[in-house]
Amino acid sequence: MSDPLMNEPFNEHGSAAAESLAIGTVRHVAKLARLRLSDQETERYRGQLTSILGHISKLSAVDVAGVEPMAHPLAMTNRFGADEPAAAMSLDALLMNAPAVEGRLLAVPKVLGEGS
Amino acid sequence: MPTSARVSPAADVAARARTEAVLARIERFNPQLNALNEVLADDALERAAQIDRDRSGGLLAGLTIAVKDNIATTEGHTTCSSMMLKNYRSPFEATIITKLRDAGAVFIGKTNLDEFAMGSSTENSAFGAVRNPWDPSRVPGGSSGGSAAAMAADLCDIALGSDTGGSIRQPASLCGVVGLKPTYGRVSRYGLVAFGSSLDQIGPITRSVRDAAAVLQVIAGVDAHDSTSADVPVPSYLESLDEPIAGLRVGVPREYVSEANDPSVNAAILAAIEVYRGLGATIVDIDLPLTDLGISTYYVIAPAEASSNLARYDGIRYGHRATLAPGEDLFDLYAKSRAEGFGPEVKRRIMIGTYVLSSGYYDAYYKRALQVRRLIKDEFDRAFEHCDVLLGPTSPTPAFEIGGKSDPLSMYLCDVYTVNTNIAGICGISLPGGMSASSLPIGIQLQAKAFAETTLLRAARMFESATEWHTLRPSL
Repeated sequence: MSDPLMNEPFNEHGSAAAESLAIGTVRHVAKLARLRLSDQETERYRGQLTSILGHISKLSAVDVAGVEPMAHPLAMTNRFGADEPAAAMSLDALLMNAPAVEGRLLAVPKVLGEGS
Repeated sequence: MPTSARVSPAADVAARARTEAVLARIERFNPQLNALNEVLADDALERAAQIDRDRSGGLLAGLTIAVKDNIATTEGHTTCSSMMLKNYRSPFEATIITKLRDAGAVFIGKTNLDEFAMGSSTENSAFGAVRNPWDPSRVPGGSSGGSAAAMAADLCDIALGSDTGGSIRQPASLCGVVGLKPTYGRVSRYGLVAFGSSLDQIGPITRSVRDAAAVLQVIAGVDAHDSTSADVPVPSYLESLDEPIAGLRVGVPREYVSEANDPSVNAAILAAIEVYRGLGATIVDIDLPLTDLGISTYYVIAPAEASSNLARYDGIRYGHRATLAPGEDLFDLYAKSRAEGFGPEVKRRIMIGTYVLSSGYYDAYYKRALQVRRLIKDEFDRAFEHCDVLLGPTSPTPAFEIGGKSDPLSMYLCDVYTVNTNIAGICGISLPGGMSASSLPIGIQLQAKAFAETTLLRAARMFESATEWHTLRPSL
């Protein structure tokens, strides 16, 4: 099966993903995002994402040749802190919001199944 | 009755009495407005009594502060108005909370917001929509709608918001109060629940420019806990606040007075131009042709950063965890917990962000948006060679009806005049600047270059001292 994401995002006029997103694309994105969506939600997001991405496709008309991408407003470099020990947060504080705890451990479902 | 927050209330009203009066108003009006998710009455009264007893506290001694519920406090919960964090109590507090407490603030409660600060109307809250004190059938704006409504209804002396694409300024505009978004890096983000990390800033929503300046004075500055906080000296914002700027150059971008705006918004801008002209300012025509690309750029960058930041909500360490059915595995735990914990707008933004960052689309959307981001910043840089502040609308319309914008894209377009401030990382303020035909407040926005808050606040104060809009109150 071909990757549903490998469609051309813009048409030759650079205007839009004018056609509706494929339903398989929406499902694939939901899976990447770890969101369980009902069929009804998937269909609704297909329409809404198509409309929003259509608006965003305005960007394709901008001449960005040679423009350095700007990931951040401040021209900063890494900042290093002094290597000094400081008090850590207590275990109680760290675990106070945990949905499931066993003793001093976070409880999670079994990760390795029978066949793993 | 605390009709207005005034910095350093001195001995006029004792902190305890002041706090009791605010709590009484909250009890009376919050059921209708839904501005506060949680009221911290006991902590607030105790703190106020302590301030009276010790005569302690600094610039904000005894003033009640309503805190947006995406800012971590050890008192009460920090929910982000999300089912995901409904029961979350922060084990640490935001740096600005510590600073405000040291200055004598009394934290009165946590305010409602669009879930995870995603929205322009505060309708996207797991705890119900906030209502605008000027007309309860209308939205207060968003995402800091609870803070703006609380300020407008005098349910606090000062409110705190966060602004990723206009979330302080737009609700301030729609509620007739002052909203300041500081320069990116001016205020520590430590303890602000992350949405768009290259765009987010905390700032005040207040009754007056002076109060906004006072809060900024307290919360600004570099913080070892936030490596993106800027190591730039904090000037005295209050010292020169009342001095008009001689020879002020006010830039008016042609793109900001638009047929797409409500006529009352354009009228307020034209009136504000005359106010500044009357104060001796020079009005400069400016071209910002990339204005229109802001929404497209923002709705790539902000959802991309959000999809990454919100990956932490996996149901494992904190937040909502779903109950698994027999045969479901770890993947199901993540996908089900997130499906149950997040509301529709948050899911939508995560989907957009995941899409634009996914293999095959990254260059076409995300990288391109970052390139346009630089062009937008360069355009501002050029504009500020010709003027000190830019004047325009905060929002294209006054407050709209609850439920009036059901299409997500039409909601996103509300942010057309505010997103570029965050994209470029500069500072902006919304001020009460008019009233619509149907008696709804209209805000005007000033923007200034990075770290030019002194200029921004002084220019704002000039307008405020020459007009009466900030003295108007909703009748509740």
